[in-house]
Amino acid sequence: MNKELRVDFIACDGAGVCAELLPELLSRDEWGYPVVTEAAVPGRLRGHARKAVALCPKLALHLDL
Amino acid sequence: MTLWFATRALGLVTLTLFSTVMVLGLLTAGRRAPWRQPAFVITGLHRSLALLSVVFLGLHIATSVLDDFVTIRWVDAVVPFGAAYRPFWLGLGATALDLILALVITSLLRTRLGLRTWRAVHWLAYACWPIAVVHGAGIGTDTRLTLAFDAICCVAVAAAAAVRLSAVARAGTYRQPITGGTR
Amino acid sequence: MITMSTTRDRLLALTAGADAARHAGLAGPLPLRGAVRPGRLGPLAQVVAASGLRGRGGGWFPLIRKMEAVAAGAGSRPPVVVVNGMEGEPLSEKDTYLLNCAPHLVMDGATLAAEALGARRIVLAVTGDTYRPLVGGTRPGLRSLLQALARDRTAYGVDPVEITVLEGPDRYLSGQETALANWINGGPPVPTTARPFRKGVDGRATLVGNVETFAHLALIARRGPEWYRAVGTPDAPGTTLLTVSGAVGHPGVLEVPLGTPVRDVLTAAGVLTEPSAVLLGGYGGAWMSGRTATGLTLDPESIAAAGGALGPGIVHVLPQGAHGLVRTAEIARWMENQGARQCGPCQFGLRAVADDLDSVIRGDAVAGDRLRRRLALLPRRGGCAHPDGVARLVASALEVFA
Repeated sequence: MNKELRVDFIACDGAGVCAELLPELLSRDEWGYPVVTEAAVPGRLRGHARKAVALCPKLALHLDL
Repeated sequence: MTLWFATRALGLVTLTLFSTVMVLGLLTAGRRAPWRQPAFVITGLHRSLALLSVVFLGLHIATSVLDDFVTIRWVDAVVPFGAAYRPFWLGLGATALDLILALVITSLLRTRLGLRTWRAVHWLAYACWPIAVVHGAGIGTDTRLTLAFDAICCVAVAAAAAVRLSAVARAGTYRQPITGGTR
Repeated sequence: MITMSTTRDRLLALTAGADAARHAGLAGPLPLRGAVRPGRLGPLAQVVAASGLRGRGGGWFPLIRKMEAVAAGAGSRPPVVVVNGMEGEPLSEKDTYLLNCAPHLVMDGATLAAEALGARRIVLAVTGDTYRPLVGGTRPGLRSLLQALARDRTAYGVDPVEITVLEGPDRYLSGQETALANWINGGPPVPTTARPFRKGVDGRATLVGNVETFAHLALIARRGPEWYRAVGTPDAPGTTLLTVSGAVGHPGVLEVPLGTPVRDVLTAAGVLTEPSAVLLGGYGGAWMSGRTATGLTLDPESIAAAGGALGPGIVHVLPQGAHGLVRTAEIARWMENQGARQCGPCQFGLRAVADDLDSVIRGDAVAGDRLRRRLALLPRRGGCAHPDGVARLVASALEVFA
């Protein structure tokens, strides 16, 4: 079953690393904060999503079941 | 004698790598710097080079222990100030290694530890790097080359620190916490 | 404070004020059954489940689910019960009214809930002396009044658990559950990611419930779930308190069965002609044209189906001749300032929305499109539902007034 992307906006600082690594599912608003354009993570992007979660400077990106 | 030179050379390489890691780490802080696009390159390089530095550090320690020109045991690499050869300067190196192990292990477990715990340990990097520099400056026999490397590395890290401090100063307190009420 | 009744009152019939004897006479004895061990749910839970009681703080969440979550999250440590009387919504008066006029009912409910959860601490959070523009005049020290009451109840052995009364900051978000728990813990009154039912006050599983919810609970425990369900709708049983304000003959707090037509409420409040626009749900709710609003019934599902929200029971009639967009722009600017400033999309988004709304009012056509785009980026992009509420309000204003 698909994992879902979730942003913790209290922790998020708008660095944008996630959107760089996962442009298929994340974009940025005019102030630099991520917009989850597609929450469900397809299998082929699972590795990229995990990397985005690991590299977020504020650990604000989460992969939920 | 070869291992002796190898140890020295590996030490300088390790120091250069760690200094680069410090510079990259300082540059990941603060968010409003458009020239730092893409952000993932800096943060990704910081991680990759940190792991590479540990590899070279391992080689540097191995050659220093395997070399029979002076007596250094494996245990001296992690337990500071007990060695037969230059115990103080070597001990600084061992201290730096202990701190690096803490930094690397917590970073590998970062998503499980949570941000606050990880960050508390990661601040040790600001202690670790100077200790490593002083270890290198004090333990070498040919100090001029080492000091030249040290100078370049210090300038680079100082410059990156200045960039970080100015970014923090400019950002200021743009997110004010709310307080209020009587209890 | 003017109150009205449209049917047989339930909560508002028991306004004994501070008089404990009178309260006991009107309501009957407090049916305590003995506290359970933490992690379990007492027999009251079955009654709550059967009644279908839903929270009255604006979320309309079934109380039984909250109680189950707290029991599950408690483990072996006794949970905490928080009575949320912060009433951050400026158009709401019902909680303050209940606390002034039926405080024993509210405290009864809190004690019953605490017993059913094995909680050993009850915190009653209220706001301080502030001038409320709806009905005029200042309230006397609500905290000291309630503290004295709580002390007497403990002294007379009414409550097995002591009730602490705290006075919280007068901010819109201080009634948000996680923000309230955060503040009680000594932090700022801003939302957190921690879920109170797992980790709330003192790090314990915490049941945060609205003042009115506990008042209903106090009666359901005495009269039973069938009595409670005798009025209202199947999905939203019972009565609810409304705060009616704006261009109405008799503003104030009103108790009605859920499902009552909006038209009847307006009539009872002295509205003689169909209003041009009505705000339902408060500053985080939605404007509706008078025609649409009068065709709705006052229950959460019916209003949500029409694109609005019942919220904490707000019915606000726009005065004739008032400019809906201008009023909304004032609210939007106020809501921007009330934000916690923790989340970028909300902090910057609300400011931009308020700016755009001002521009739209001045006649800037481009601002309207930009505003709609920005509104679409507010929902679910914050640490709480604050940006969602503002997005809903402003979008409804554009539809009704622009």
